[in-house]
Amino acid sequence: MNTSDLIRFLWKPLVFFACLIPFGHVVGDVYGVTGELGANPIEEIQDRFGIWGLRFIVIALAVTPIRQVTGRNWLGRFRRMLGFYAFFYVFMHFLTWLVLDQGMLMSAILEDIGVRPFITIGFAALLILTAQAATSTAGMRRRMGIRWQKLHNWVYLAAILGVWHYWWQVKLDTSDPAIYATILTLLFGSRIWRRRTAARPRA
Amino acid sequence: MLIKKPADIRTSEITSKDNYLDRRKFVQAAVAAGGALIGGEAFPAMIPDGRRAKIEGVVPSKYSTAEEPNSYLDVTTYNNFYEFGTRKEDPYRHSQEFKPRPWSIEVSGNAEETGTFDLEDFLKPHALEERIYRLRCVEAWSMVIPWVGIPLADVIKRFKPLSSAKYVEFETLYDPKRMPGQRSRVLDWPYVEGLTIAEATNPLPILVVGVYGEVLPNQNGAPLRLIVPWKYGFKSIKSIVKIRFTDRKPVSSWERAAPHEYGFYANVNPEVAHPRWSQARERRIGSEQGGGLQSLFAAAKQPTLMFNGYAEHVAHLYDGLDLRKNF
Repeated sequence: MNTSDLIRFLWKPLVFFACLIPFGHVVGDVYGVTGELGANPIEEIQDRFGIWGLRFIVIALAVTPIRQVTGRNWLGRFRRMLGFYAFFYVFMHFLTWLVLDQGMLMSAILEDIGVRPFITIGFAALLILTAQAATSTAGMRRRMGIRWQKLHNWVYLAAILGVWHYWWQVKLDTSDPAIYATILTLLFGSRIWRRRTAARPRA
Repeated sequence: MLIKKPADIRTSEITSKDNYLDRRKFVQAAVAAGGALIGGEAFPAMIPDGRRAKIEGVVPSKYSTAEEPNSYLDVTTYNNFYEFGTRKEDPYRHSQEFKPRPWSIEVSGNAEETGTFDLEDFLKPHALEERIYRLRCVEAWSMVIPWVGIPLADVIKRFKPLSSAKYVEFETLYDPKRMPGQRSRVLDWPYVEGLTIAEATNPLPILVVGVYGEVLPNQNGAPLRLIVPWKYGFKSIKSIVKIRFTDRKPVSSWERAAPHEYGFYANVNPEVAHPRWSQARERRIGSEQGGGLQSLFAAAKQPTLMFNGYAEHVAHLYDGLDLRKNF
């Protein structure tokens, strides 16, 4: 098997299932098989999905800088899957809030999205990720041309909104969201730095 | 009041949590508690692995709700007590080595009787009551908890406050060596809370020394805490070392940390939203563990009641006060 086949038939399926582990863990805990969700299970489920959504956004954004630094260009082939999982976990986070937390009570849901800014920005991030997930196939990419890249650049905004949503949501202790804000700053910094150094020889 | 050594050792409610709780801490705490018992202290140190001292001679109260109380496990493993960390399980995890003895309470300020009292002497003149109260956290979750305590109003009267005593201020122990959460400056330590003298002499507030008929565990504010059932939980200050009568309105810790979000009154009010979330509904803690999706769907939010359902006892305290401004 050559490298390309190895990635396609071995590593991709492995990564695909590995990314489902946090989801499986939640399901296992719901049924008391893998552990427990504690005294406030709905909040626990919602928090775990939200955190994993944020983690996958960060992981997907880290692929390109790591690829560039290490020269392992095959890493780029995992980017779409990782990005899709970011959408998957953010969507599960949203679904948990909608169905389990709010109990589908439309008046409360609309009030929260409209009036509470931290929910508004979280919802905006979800819309961006949804549009990207819906257009993530190779066929869509071809059909959309230049517009595809433009749409998918919005992931940077979704990442900022996601961290902001997390920051705004905690009561007082912002040490956890601060970790994500720092990682995101480093990832953005590496991209800006790369652009500048790449532009310099031509100047 | 007689507090006996624990009669039996129960492990039933706690063992199921072992998978995420630190066993080593259990052992250390057990050793510490053993030492306390040999030392002959009236209140043995609390550890939630079954060595829970029963409090004798507790009388029921007409103020108790008939609602089903939360489990001992919920009450003692899910709460906020930033002195031991900011996560809900932190108080349980990080308070096991805390020794709530010896303990004294300093009463000062505008009152005829003041001084520093050993906890035993402080409690001695009062009869212990069980009060089953609803507890509503500002984070929109709630529980029903069977507390054991003494009416705050009786304590206040005993110290004969002067007419200049308009407020009562409470202070939590400040000791970062014993309370690891205080090593981080999330709040401006020590924790301070306050009530108006009218609120403090209302029959509902109690000074709590126990829960479920047993000595109050460290994580719930041992050895002495306040419970004000019609206000958000953060008003019910834990591990109290100071009580002060004052003519000036105290600035409570959460009010100091975020004045636009937390006010002095902090009365439970479904009509006044927290700036970041609604207070109209609440989630009652405690669904069946491992009960599958069905039990999650069953855990619907319930409407929050004005003054947490205690309006008939306390609404008159706020006549003419704009509760939107004085949140």
